[in-house]
Amino acid sequence: MMRGADIVVRSLIAENSEYIFGYPGGAIMPVYDALYDYSEQIKHVLTRHEQGAIHAAQGYARVSGKVGVVLVTSGPGATNLITGLADAQIDSTPLVCITGQVAAHLLGSDAFQETDVVGLSMPGTKWNIQVRRVEDIAPAIAKAFHIARTGRPGPVLVDITKNAQVEFGEFNYAPCLAVRSFRPYVTIDRKAVQSASELINTAKKPYVLYGQGVVLAKAEAELKAFLDKTGIPAASTLLGSGAIPQDHASYVGKLGMHGNYAPNLLTNQCDVLIAIGMRFDDRVTGDLKRYAKQAKVIHLELDPAEIDKNVKTTVALQGDCKESLALLTKAVNKNAHPEWMERFRELENEEKMAVMTNDLHGTHGGLHMGEVIRLVNQFKEDDAILVTDVGQHQMIAWRYFDYKTTRTQVTSGGLGTMGFALPAALGAQLHDYKRQVICVVGDGGIQMTIQELGTIMQTKAPVKVVLLNNNYLGMVRQWQQLFFDKRYSFTELENPDFIKIAEAYSFKARKVTERDDLEASVAEMLLHQGPYFLEVVVEKEDNVFPMIATGCSVEEVRLS
Amino acid sequence: MNRYTILVYTENFIGILNRITIIFTRRGINIDALTASESRLDGIHKITIEVTVTEEQIIQLTKQIEKIVDVIKAYCFKDDEVVYQEIALYKVPIESLDPGLEKVIRQFNAHIIAAEKEFVVIEFTGHKEDTQALLEILKPFNLLEFSRSGRVAIAKPKFSVQEYLNNQT
Repeated sequence: MMRGADIVVRSLIAENSEYIFGYPGGAIMPVYDALYDYSEQIKHVLTRHEQGAIHAAQGYARVSGKVGVVLVTSGPGATNLITGLADAQIDSTPLVCITGQVAAHLLGSDAFQETDVVGLSMPGTKWNIQVRRVEDIAPAIAKAFHIARTGRPGPVLVDITKNAQVEFGEFNYAPCLAVRSFRPYVTIDRKAVQSASELINTAKKPYVLYGQGVVLAKAEAELKAFLDKTGIPAASTLLGSGAIPQDHASYVGKLGMHGNYAPNLLTNQCDVLIAIGMRFDDRVTGDLKRYAKQAKVIHLELDPAEIDKNVKTTVALQGDCKESLALLTKAVNKNAHPEWMERFRELENEEKMAVMTNDLHGTHGGLHMGEVIRLVNQFKEDDAILVTDVGQHQMIAWRYFDYKTTRTQVTSGGLGTMGFALPAALGAQLHDYKRQVICVVGDGGIQMTIQELGTIMQTKAPVKVVLLNNNYLGMVRQWQQLFFDKRYSFTELENPDFIKIAEAYSFKARKVTERDDLEASVAEMLLHQGPYFLEVVVEKEDNVFPMIATGCSVEEVRLS
Repeated sequence: MNRYTILVYTENFIGILNRITIIFTRRGINIDALTASESRLDGIHKITIEVTVTEEQIIQLTKQIEKIVDVIKAYCFKDDEVVYQEIALYKVPIESLDPGLEKVIRQFNAHIIAAEKEFVVIEFTGHKEDTQALLEILKPFNLLEFSRSGRVAIAKPKFSVQEYLNNQT
């Protein structure tokens, strides 16, 4: 017999959880008390805010492929998770969040720090449950882990009342292997594979779009094999970046509002569109009524609710794309598409001349964000992880970062959560202290979770923070310039001395304002062993191009 | 827009109804009627939802419902693919119980299921149009109260949740 609180911790250990990201409080104190005895078996990271805890768990989960674990108290502790839950839900990140709850007899009485977290978190979780009895704790946690990581991953919340934490019960942990109402994997339809392969074999201008589904399915090798055999040009979504190395012969660039010129434009010229583990987000498709209407669409997708949601498919290949890609690779003919590929390269050159050269190699005026990323590429290790926040710096870093291996891209894609990067970088770094984790962040976003510098200090995680400071909420300002007559309504920031802040948190810190100092500073940062904070003051009013404006078609992608 | 019936088979799990209804709320779709009950199978609940939407919407809604972890299966049907009924209760003052009212009850094949000192309760089962027609007729009889259920439905196409559960482990 042991306390419910011990059962919580022992269950997490039984699931091979390495880290708990959390913050204590009244209704979860018994579990924190229990944790005190298990510090050899499981590490707890005390963040400075519950939002920091969940974003850190997300960063950890994205890089490791494991379930991120969060532990917080009831009421405000639980409500502070909501942004992270919504973020993890839309970006398919596996999390198990455990929240304390007031004692069962107080439920519904407006007790101190009582909130209906099961109700509040329902739209932002894949599954959630309230546990009121000690004997239900271990089965609930086992089920939570199974659901979080199986099928399309997602966040799960387990709310445990305080009485259940202090009651005594038996502990016999049985991992959950199946839930009868939850069957995320289906047998791949061989006829659909056949139809898809026929479309691909006869296509003149086939085109592959791949997303994070490839990474989540661990299907990187299968994607590469498919592309090697078919020679089809392939473009990545934001979260798909890194699934194949960017020097792969098939790789043609990135999709979406601020993706590359050719991949967007040529979407409307291909004859067969092969979408793999991606969900046709509006930031990728632009105006759906004018999206790839000429093309036959093959969709390889695990989640049936994504099939035909935004783009109607000709052939739906439902199921795990690790399996379906392997079957498809067997079924298709060896091929090459040199002329079609050439179209991508021609347009890529146009983009280079119109945008990239200036972005990456500034000669006068303020520093460009792209110059910083170019130098990061020059000095980074091949498996360095890029963590970004949300905004202009996110798009620029994504556009120019040289992704060489999988799971090197951590960013808030679907929800666009400012404040995500700093805690997510911490979580990514804790997974492996030896990997380079480069956290690129803007001056707006960093101030939303800047308190997590303290957690980085305490854990000694050697995160490299690159603050691209334009003293603006740059992406909003860009829209104000382009679509709101330059009415810069509340987007200019009066910022603190970031270097003093970073130094107060024991970071080695440096501020760069001149082009001549940039290279040495980036090099110094990436060679430094511990946490490093590099502030780069960049041009105030740079814009991110190419761009597909809201409501426009992918073929209306602008270079300026 | 068409009228559809969604039949949802779920685990008996606290909050499942909320998880289902927020799918409609989020998309700004009104549920016309909803009925929940135990199904033929032990421990499995059946929720019948009536909704007026486009074909595209009903496909999405059904997929989203089926995506819920505790939902076993969800099926959607057009009106002509289901056999369905709704029950209506009408409370009428005892003074209104005259030969005219008796004739109406006979014509509709309705029943008086309760008689109190001051009122009677008439029960009538049918499609909404039928129960609505009786409602209009009873209004002049000083109708005191009216209550109508959501639809209960049985699908015409053959499917078996039991078989589905047996087939996969």
